[in-house]
Formats: sequence, C-alpha cells, structure tokens
Amino acid sequence: MSLKTVADIATGEELLHVDDISLSFGGVKAIQDISFDITKGEIRAIIGPNGAGKTSMLNVINGFYHPQVGTITFLGEERRKMRPYMAACQGISRTFQNVALFAGMSTLDNIMAGRSLKMHKNFFWQMFRYGPALNEEIEHRRAVEEIIDFLEIEPIRKTPVGQLPYGLQKRVELGRALAAEPSLLLLDEPMAGMNLEEKEDMSRFIIDVNQQFGTTIALIEHDMGVVMDLADRIVVLDYGKKIADGLPAQVQADQNVIDAYLGVAH
Amino acid sequence: MLRCQTAGKTVGFDNISDGHKGGEYQTMSSDKLEVRGAGLSNDALDTFPQYLLLNAKRFADRPAMRHKDFGIWQSWTWLQMHDEIRAFSLGLKKLGLKKGQKIALIGGNRPRLYWTFCAAQALGAVPVPIYSDSIAEEMEYVLEHAETIMAICQDQEQVDKVLSMGDKLKSLKTIIYDENRGMRDYEADNLISFVEVQKLGEELLAANAGEKWIKDINKAKGSDLAVMLYTSGTTGRPKGVMLSNDNMVKTAISANEFDKFDEKEQVVAYLPLAWVGDHVFSYGQAFASGYCVCCPESAETVDEDRREIAPTYFFAPPRVFENLLTAIMVRMDDAGNFKKKMFHYFLDHANKFGEKILNGDNVAFVDRLKYFAGELLVYGPLKNRMGFTNVKVAYTAGEAIGPEIFKFYRSLGLNLKQLYGQTEASVYISAQPDGEIRAETVGRPTPGVEIEIANSGEVMYRSPGVFVGYYKNDKSTKETKTKDGWVHTGDAGFIDDDGHLRIIDRAKDVGKLNDGSLFAPKYIENKLKFFPNVKEAVAFGDGHDFCGVIVNIDLTSVGNWAERNNISYASYQELAAHPQVYEMMEEHIEQVNRDLSQEEMMAGSQIARFLVLHKELDADDGELTRTLKVRRSFISERYAPLIEAIYDGSTQKYVDTEVIFEDGRKGNISATVEIRDVKKFAAATHKEAAE
Repeated sequence: MSLKTVADIATGEELLHVDDISLSFGGVKAIQDISFDITKGEIRAIIGPNGAGKTSMLNVINGFYHPQVGTITFLGEERRKMRPYMAACQGISRTFQNVALFAGMSTLDNIMAGRSLKMHKNFFWQMFRYGPALNEEIEHRRAVEEIIDFLEIEPIRKTPVGQLPYGLQKRVELGRALAAEPSLLLLDEPMAGMNLEEKEDMSRFIIDVNQQFGTTIALIEHDMGVVMDLADRIVVLDYGKKIADGLPAQVQADQNVIDAYLGVAH
Repeated sequence: MLRCQTAGKTVGFDNISDGHKGGEYQTMSSDKLEVRGAGLSNDALDTFPQYLLLNAKRFADRPAMRHKDFGIWQSWTWLQMHDEIRAFSLGLKKLGLKKGQKIALIGGNRPRLYWTFCAAQALGAVPVPIYSDSIAEEMEYVLEHAETIMAICQDQEQVDKVLSMGDKLKSLKTIIYDENRGMRDYEADNLISFVEVQKLGEELLAANAGEKWIKDINKAKGSDLAVMLYTSGTTGRPKGVMLSNDNMVKTAISANEFDKFDEKEQVVAYLPLAWVGDHVFSYGQAFASGYCVCCPESAETVDEDRREIAPTYFFAPPRVFENLLTAIMVRMDDAGNFKKKMFHYFLDHANKFGEKILNGDNVAFVDRLKYFAGELLVYGPLKNRMGFTNVKVAYTAGEAIGPEIFKFYRSLGLNLKQLYGQTEASVYISAQPDGEIRAETVGRPTPGVEIEIANSGEVMYRSPGVFVGYYKNDKSTKETKTKDGWVHTGDAGFIDDDGHLRIIDRAKDVGKLNDGSLFAPKYIENKLKFFPNVKEAVAFGDGHDFCGVIVNIDLTSVGNWAERNNISYASYQELAAHPQVYEMMEEHIEQVNRDLSQEEMMAGSQIARFLVLHKELDADDGELTRTLKVRRSFISERYAPLIEAIYDGSTQKYVDTEVIFEDGRKGNISATVEIRDVKKFAAATHKEAAE
C-alpha cells in the first residue's frame, strides 16, 4: 500500500468533526466530552476496551443516538444532532456489529437495497418495473454488479443471505454499505468472529475501498494487529472518555492506553 | 464512485460503437485483407491466425466468444475479436516479441488469455500455458525451462507468484496482467496491463503496421511450432510437448468432421488452459469451425453458467460427471416423497430402455411413450439443471468412467461418449462413433490415426497429431517416439472383437503378485472409485503376496450419509476413522472382490486388506498430479510405514504426515490408522461370456 505521511493527514481536508460530545442514558454516562476529527481519505480507527463507548460514538455520528451536549460538523455544516436519514443522504453509511441483513433476500437484492436512496423514479413506475424505472434499475444493477465483482461474491449472487456463512454475510453487508457510494463509511467490528483467512480478505477489501475509491473509513476493531496495520490514526476511548488520539505508533506507546488495556493497580 | 475495472468490454448496447469500427474495417479491407482459402470453408489453412482472418470475414457478425462479467454475458463477434487480437498482437510486437520466442500464459479461462494464444501465434511466437494453481516452485521450473521472454498473468495473485521468483528467471523481460484489481501500487517497471499493450498495438496500427501483420500471418507454415504444453506427468519433472501448427490444425479439423461440428456450436471453457484438451476444444476446434466459446464468471459459478449457456458440445473428465450425479442424488434424498417416487420410477424405466432408444434400437411403442412422459417429468428437468439440454455430443476422457455413471447419463438421453487421447497426440487417439457405445471401451481410432498393440501389451499409435518432440529433452523424445513416427502411450490395452480399443492400466504399473497372478492396480482402483463414497483409491500388490488398498472417502457423499444417520464428526480425519465408515468401505470392497472373482484374469488379485487414509490426497502435497491423477510411487514412499503395516499384519499404525498449504506454508497431520481384512471370493470356475 502507498504510504501516507503524517503531513498528508495533517493537511488533509476535514470531513467530520465532533466537539465535546456527551451522551448519557439515564444515569449511565456513555460518552463524556469527546472531541476528534476525521480527515478526508484516511482510515480512522476507534478502539477501546469493552463498554468504552465506541459503538455509541458511531451511533452518534450517523444520528442513531442524539447527544445531550456537543456538536457534529459534517462537510462544513455544524449540527446539534444528526438524523439517520440525513446522514445517509449526505453520504454516511455503515455496517453493524451484529450482521443486519435481510436474511430471506438474495445477496443481489440486499446490496440493491443499499441503493434505494439513489432511486428517484416514482412508486407507480417502480411497481410495474417499466419505462424510466426499468432504465434506472438497469443502471443501478450495473453499479451493484461492480460491487459484487469488487468483493468477489459472484458465486453467491442469488443465494439468500440467511444461508451464507458469517464471514460472507459480513462481506455482503460491506457491499450494501458501499452501494450507497458513501463519502464516510462506518464499520463496526467488521472482523469480529472471523478466522485468520477471512480477516486477511476483509483487511484487503477495506484497504482497496479506501485507496481505489478514496472512501474515508472509520472503524471499530478489537484485533490490535489489524488496527495497527490498517489505521492511519487511532482514537482510544475508555469508560466514555478519550484517553489518546494519534498515529498507531504513538497510541501504542501511550501509557494511558497500556493501562486501560492491561489494567492498573489503584 | 465504483468504476468499471475492465474497461473496453462491450455490453449489449455498446456494441454500436464497435460495429462502426468494424464497418470501417470491412470497407477498407476488401482489397487489403488477403485471406488464403477464403470462401472455401473446406480448404484447410495452416495456422489458427489464418483462421482468425478467415472467420473475421465469413462469420463477421457471429459470436466468437462470450464472458460472463458483471452478471451479464458479454459477447465478441469474430470481427470484434479479430480487432482485439490484432491490437494485442501488434502491442506484443512493439514490446519485442519475435518469431520462435516463448510467452507464458498463467490464469483461468479468460477471453484475453485465449486471445493471447492467437496474438502470439500471429507473430510466430510460441504460447506456453501453465497450470494457474501450480505452486511457485513448479511454475518457476516451467518458466525457466521454456525460456519464456514474457508472461501474461490473469491477476495479482499470479503476478505475485512470478514476481516472487525475481532474478532467478533470467530470460523473462515483461509481465502483462489482465485484471487491474490490486495492481495500482506495483512499481516494477517490467509490468504492463493488457489494455496498455493493446494501446501500443493501436499506435502501430495507425502507422500502417496492419498489412505487414497480415502478410506475416499468411507467411507462416504448418510445420512451425504452434504451442508448447507441459505435461503434468505422474513421475518426475513436467516435459514440454512441442506441437506444430499442422498437429493442432489437422487434429481440430478432423475432430470437427468426426462429430459434424459447425459454427453454430457453443461450448463452455472451464478446464485448465494448460491442458491439451481445453486447448483443442476451446481454441483449436473453435477457430477451425468458427463456433462460440463461453468463459464462465469464476471457477465456482461454472455449473450455473453452463446452465445459462446450455452448450451443444461438452467435455469433462469423469470426475465432473461423478460430482454432478452425487449432487443430484444428495438433493433427491432431501426431496419430498412423491418427487422421490417419481424420480426413481422413471429412472428405472430409463435404465431399461433409455440407452436402447438413444442407440436407435427397437423399443415397444408403450415403452417409448412412457419414456417420453419421463422426458417431460424427470429427464428433461434433470438435464436442464445440469445444463445438458442442448448437448449434441458430450465426451469424457482422462480416466476410466464408472459403467453405472456412464449408463445413467446415456439413459437420460445425453449422448455421452468416451475418448482416449494424450498431449503427445494433440488429444485424439480413439473415440466412440455414434451408435457403437459401450462403457468399457474407448472406441475406434479417430480419422487419420493408426493403432497397434506392441508385444508387451502397450498401445502404440501414429497420426498427423503426433508431437514434434519434448523441448530440450531428446532422450525422452527418442524413448517415446520411434523413427517412423509411432508413439508409445505407456498404457496397456487390447483391441476387442468389435475393433474397439480397451485400456487396462498404465503399462509400467501392471505387475504380478508373488503367486503369479496378474495385478493391474488402476483396474482395481477404478472399480472402487465407482462407488460414490470412495473418492480415491490406491492399490498395491506388485511383488507382494496379496493386494492391499488405501482408500480416500468422499467427504460430500459420506458426510451426507453421516448427517442422515446422526453420526457426528468434527473433521475429515474423524469421519474417515469412524467404525461405521470402515464397515461401509468393507462392504464396497467385498463387492469389488465379488466382481473380480468373476473375471478370469483378475480373480487372483482380490483385495485382502485395506485402510482408510486420514487425509485427502492432494495435488499440493504432490500426491496427485495437477490433473488429479494418483501418483502411485510418490504415495508408496510417503506412506511407506502404512503399506508396511498392511503387509506385516498389524491392525493399526501411527503416522505423521507433513502437508503443504496452497500458499506454501507447512503443517503436520498425525493419526493412528486402522487396517482391516476383507473377505475374498472363490474364482468363478465356469467360463462366462466375454461380457
């Protein structure tokens, strides 16, 4: 892979910025005063021990949770809160920690569903799959086939995803997220539960997406080897607080991070 | 955001632009395109590039090639394919490929790789296809031995393999790649993409290099080298078989005549490029007759793709037919009661009358009617599922096929035939003509082929397809080919009363037990392999007191059986060692012994002891050849302790085996393997009829 230098990232244009975000559920403070930024074209990892607030953070970014305090700036626009629909329209798409696909639908249809926001012909035409709706569908089908080719899932194009092994389901989910042609892709533990070979494949796809299409990626992952290899910059959370932020090497050497992961005598 | 990676291909409506280019070419070409023998389709040309020029004229608008890409079958007409090949060929010329030099092809069944054959031959260069699943070490040997100047690789995986050999390949100057995926960060300056090469060619074309290109093609002679194919070889290093234009073209033409193939056929190209069979069916015969070759989307989608294309001509090793049958039987086991009954009822009927109807024998009207009903309800849908609806002729070769399997397909109305051939003969030695088909023979000599049985029992042949020689290996050439053109096949066989050739075994493998009875290992192994539960078997006995076998279970079939019988297992190894699996194998072997006891010559070599191997035999470990044939001598060395145990009477033995994974890493598998005795049967005393 081409090596991005620190300078590249530093001068990179800012894509998203979260400022002093706090989120609590009743008395539980999930996120406290967290700020960080994501620049265009980077792979940004969010790591931390269990319950550190990583998934909550992703949910705040794509508007699934609404923080009590703080602002989110995406593409230069400052907001109090995101809404999922708005986030999707503006180019944020995501995958989930637990696979969230339509189990009875084929791989093709699942990925096609990822393009629904891009379909504009009215319900009437779509119902009869005729005229402008048909042309539109052909166009989208082509885009979906390119994703299928890219992810090498041709043999399962017509298989209901419920029948697929877990590793492939994860790949289909990535495909559906890609179908929206996102400018920011949020991946929640894309490699959880995979064996070594599947992890290597998935890492390759993530790098390819990032480099070939220039998609900015924010990912949560527990496999430190993978994170250190993939990420350009890393944010570390612990008990809802940000404890470190920087290049992989810096984070690795950070005493707070080591303490958070290994535990420390109080 | 997502861009098409294989730019330049035509999808349906895009054809218009290419059509325009074609039109332009046609008008200007009327005086410039010199085609020898044009218009006279029977006039044999000398080389395949000459056929390309001819086909671009006579079949300009007929499909020449299809490839499923982005979920759609993309097509090229002969004229479009001609343009693609011309651009690439001139590009190769610009890169310095000259007459007589070698270019390696590494990859799967992709249109661009097939085009490379023709593009190289147009310059007088020699294509050398290499098995794409070879490990780097094997590939290195061939690349170095053939002194290849260039290599065209399908994708990053293959490029990586070639690059990993680095400086060891002294002659290799340029690596061309087909698919761009993952190639963006490669900085080696000898790397260039297929499309870039075509661009170089188009520049040359703009500078009027086209006429010279055609002139060079027409100058080529039949005696020039056409292609070099490395045989996977059951022993030792692969040998480079040199085949001339005459070998290939004449073979292709006579094969087309034998089965009356014309430009309307369709085939699916899915076998390894480096195998002589694929080279003749998917390249040679296609160019000579102008039929259409379809490349599947990927190796895993072949069955589905074949169903969509419904080829008219199909070729497969027995393994493919076995797997298809196993898959169907497994599915039928899970079907509902009514369907199951209907299926078996009509299969029984087909079993009785199907072959007779196919052979045109006399069959009562009622039975014909019932067969017709079966065609509507069972046979038709079955053939449709397997993609055989339109098949005129299907061939099986490479190994003996089980009589049951052979009969099954023929009874469904599929015109399945057997063929016997080898690389050194440009495939064809003998084939079954329509109407003279029996499971145990491989047919009559094909047109132009003479067959003789040597005193040793070895089959010898002479034909226009006989190879020029082994590359840089005169010693082997002399051993194999006599001065007057007869070739040793290395197979033992005989001509039966009907004039059909029957093959028993490899000549060098036929041996004797200590009591003097004939021992033909392959004959025994094949009988065993005809059971769906047995994937592979290796028989030993030459120079021993009795015959012993190592059996490999078929995971699909036995696994399904285990599931239905509530037998749980965690791994191949555990299933293979299961007592009930052993019992099943014992039953199979007893059945084989019963069969052998009926045959005068073979009764003495009944199986006395067997074991079920704890791992699957694998080409990566060197146990099988790349075409998946058993390498007996290698196995007997590798599993020497097990074979010793068979003969010293022990009932179990511990073994530890090293295995090599596809990426070159190594691991170990160890197990304690059980060895069992089997019942033998008294030899039949009365002489039965030859059947």
